[in-house]
Amino acid sequence: MSEAAIRFEGVSKYYPLYHHMVRGFKSFLFNMPSAIREMRNSRFLALEGLSFEVKAGQSMGIIGKNGAGKSTILALIAGVMRPTRGRVEVAGRITSLLELGSGFHPDLTGKENIILNGVLLGLTRREVIKRMDGIIDFSGIEESIDQPVRTYSTGMQARLGFSIVAHMDPEILLIDEILSVGDIEFQGKCHRRILEFKEKGVTMVFVSHSMGSVRMVCDSAMWLDERTIRMIGEAEEVVSAYAGGA
Amino acid sequence: MIKKIPVEHIKDLLFELTKKELKVRYKNSYLGYLWSLLNPLALSLVFYLAFKVIMKVAIENYTLFIIAGLFPWQLFSNSVNASATCFIGNASLIKKTTFPKEMLVYGLISSELIHFLLSIPVIVFFLIIYGKYPTPAWLLGLPLIITAQFLMAAGFSLAVASANLFFRDLERLVGIFTTLLFYLTPIIYSMDIIPKEYHRLIMMNPLSPLILTYKGIFLEGVFDFRYFIYTFVWGVIVFFTGRAVYGKLNGQLAEAL
Ligand SMILES: Nc1ncnc2c1ncn2[C@@H]1O[C@H](COP(=O)(O)OP(=O)(O)O)[C@@H](O)[C@H]1O
Ligand SMILES: [Mg+2]
Repeated sequence: MSEAAIRFEGVSKYYPLYHHMVRGFKSFLFNMPSAIREMRNSRFLALEGLSFEVKAGQSMGIIGKNGAGKSTILALIAGVMRPTRGRVEVAGRITSLLELGSGFHPDLTGKENIILNGVLLGLTRREVIKRMDGIIDFSGIEESIDQPVRTYSTGMQARLGFSIVAHMDPEILLIDEILSVGDIEFQGKCHRRILEFKEKGVTMVFVSHSMGSVRMVCDSAMWLDERTIRMIGEAEEVVSAYAGGA
Repeated sequence: MIKKIPVEHIKDLLFELTKKELKVRYKNSYLGYLWSLLNPLALSLVFYLAFKVIMKVAIENYTLFIIAGLFPWQLFSNSVNASATCFIGNASLIKKTTFPKEMLVYGLISSELIHFLLSIPVIVFFLIIYGKYPTPAWLLGLPLIITAQFLMAAGFSLAVASANLFFRDLERLVGIFTTLLFYLTPIIYSMDIIPKEYHRLIMMNPLSPLILTYKGIFLEGVFDFRYFIYTFVWGVIVFFTGRAVYGKLNGQLAEAL
């Protein structure tokens, strides 16, 4: 139980900057030597020397200003990016709660999107179909489930998105600022579901600007500031320090 | 970081992504299918008027002649052009999920492929108008040439989809490139009306043997094995080159978005 599900050791992450190329093929071709030099040198330090671990079954909150590097940490955990320096070790099957509507296609119905999303998140069709009723029921939007998603309000999309994730079976769940969209009733439902996941022993990393949610859900918290860890420890303490004197 | 993914899941990914593309394209209506045929048919009409009526090229059954090349061509050019935005358009999926991203491209091409298959009845319709019929060569020839074409389209598309993240105006270059390639491929003309010295140039284009194989099947009811082999070898080369480009850039996709 006390084994680390996620471990960062001296992790730094640089983003390469592709300005010159995004600016244009032509400018790249005509300034080839300097463009290549620029490509090597122009990079942006997003995280510097991070070391921490999250034990299996624990939840950690990440708080900090916009641009502090919170989403970058999640991307490193999910394995969609590699650290420039240091090591990232992850033990367990990862599920990410997608950004609002990002996995949805507006022209497909709610039901069709459930299947598409479920498969993209790692289930087979058969597994998704088996869970369909539960997902629809949880979302509380049965009446609109056969309508195209473009007719949904933001809150309804959030409901659908979370309901899908709520019916996956993650070992590690990554949540990046999303739960604040639904109405109070649905937020409560999400929190209860997250606590259920916790009870089942799911490891969670939870990025949020809602200090209340972090207090409620997380055991520990990390305050990220200027690409490094400003403070890490018990959720309650870190949140108070952050709220008090950021 | 590279996990083993069960075959069933890969199959389901392909199925769902293909279905999504088709649904979006046809907007869940049969009329949508007819609409999507209208574009190549209108194009054929323009070529018919320009080359047959006005310039009086000496090719018989000219409408049929164009359609037999244009439909397969569109399978290729639609795939490659659409692939440019395939990864960019799915940025947040790429940043958050770990399924193999090349499936997005294969889904796209499969949907184009199905659309092409659905347009074969139109070709048959025009055949019958001109008093011709499908032959047994179709049964062997079509599956083989379609396989070769899938490889070719997939290779180009994978390379374009990945590279476009790093060179954002590749998208426009691809549009220009496919337009030029169209005229370097024997679609609206036949090989025997162009001067001998240009044959080599045209046969250097991998799309030429592809279209010639299709035309052999549709127009003459014969499967030209030489053209097919030539296409297939090209297809394999293009596919593995495209996959290598994708493989090289795969690890950086998320940070380029
Ligand atoms: N793909 C990228 N290329 C270049 N810089 C990036 C990229 N993604 C994020 N950044 C930069 O890295 C920093 C951290 O970003 P992020 O992790 O998204 O912050 P947060 O989620 O805490 O708001 C920001 O300054 C952002 O501009
Ligand atoms: Mg963020």
